[in-house]
Amino acid sequence: MLIDMYKTQRYYHHKDFRKPSHFHADKSVVTEGKKRGAREIKIVRRVLDVNDAMAQQNREMFAEKGVFVVNVMSSPGSGKTAILVKTLSHITLKIRCAVIVGDICTSNDADRLAGFGAPVVQINTDAFGGDCHLAAHVIKTAVNNFNLDEIDLLIIENLGNLVCPAEFDMGENLRIVVLSVTEGEDKSLKYPLMFRVCDAALLNKIDLLPYLDYDRKTAVRNILQVNPGMPVFEISAKTEEGFNSWIEWLMQKIHK
Amino acid sequence: MHEMGIAMQIVEIAIASIPADLVNARIDRVNLKVGKLAAVVPESLRFCFQIAAQDTPLCDAALHIEEIPVVARCNHCNVEWTISEPVFRCRQCNGGSVEVISGRELDIISIEVVDEDTTDAD
Repeated sequence: MLIDMYKTQRYYHHKDFRKPSHFHADKSVVTEGKKRGAREIKIVRRVLDVNDAMAQQNREMFAEKGVFVVNVMSSPGSGKTAILVKTLSHITLKIRCAVIVGDICTSNDADRLAGFGAPVVQINTDAFGGDCHLAAHVIKTAVNNFNLDEIDLLIIENLGNLVCPAEFDMGENLRIVVLSVTEGEDKSLKYPLMFRVCDAALLNKIDLLPYLDYDRKTAVRNILQVNPGMPVFEISAKTEEGFNSWIEWLMQKIHK
Repeated sequence: MHEMGIAMQIVEIAIASIPADLVNARIDRVNLKVGKLAAVVPESLRFCFQIAAQDTPLCDAALHIEEIPVVARCNHCNVEWTISEPVFRCRQCNGGSVEVISGRELDIISIEVVDEDTTDAD
């Protein structure tokens, strides 16, 4: 019974990650207790199934409204906001965008992202060290700030963290992980789940390569070890080197 | 890093799973499966669980965590193997189309309940 259940849970694999879980708790099954007076009650439920179910509701809502949703994740300081600023400046004339940006505190990122013709909502998880990720219920509330009928692309800038956000589906269509050449070449090996669940990687700050001992080939090889076939775009948010192929790829995904 | 939120979810699910006929139930043990690829540190989860379980029927409950290895299967040659390093290429054909068939679990499997009234009656 249990084995069959796991076989149905193919959404663990990143390509199938977005499929809903057809997975129901059977609270009524009571088996023999393990010790005197105790009885074991089978539950067999994903601990995060409340989040998964809400993510699925979000996904259906976005599909109905024709909104394509991208979740951008990275470690702190890899350049997510700078990339989004430049990305918005390339695409807001072509499609109608909106941004949800998550941080533990400050609205600095929202301030940087404002002024590109895309509405921006800042989420602060807690002023003094709150949640380390955005979750489905947060997105569900945040989208109330937008008129989804007037949006084609919703970009969610997650909190800087390569661990927890990988675990929380929000109903997005596409996941992007950002890393930069000022970090180690082995980021993907240290945070394999993040690189497994994402659809593409952006290797940022390549304008700094002449000043660093960073081996970009090793970095790309390490990413492909964790997620063979993953598109890796080597870019600089400062000089916009590599942006054409990244934007072209993104637009293809949106129009698919 | 989000173990507290997970611990609170576990407490919530466990309490909701106590059968209605047990009026004075105490949860003795919670059985979990946690995959090695899940973003959860078992020690950290245990610590958070102790706090989240305070003043609930789980206050004395032990958290039993079965760690599940990462098992992958090649979509080309169907070979299955346990992954111990973060390399998701088929060890037989070197193909990159690899499915993770276990290792992402974060599942509450069962609870073990003691009904104080029933125990007294025994």
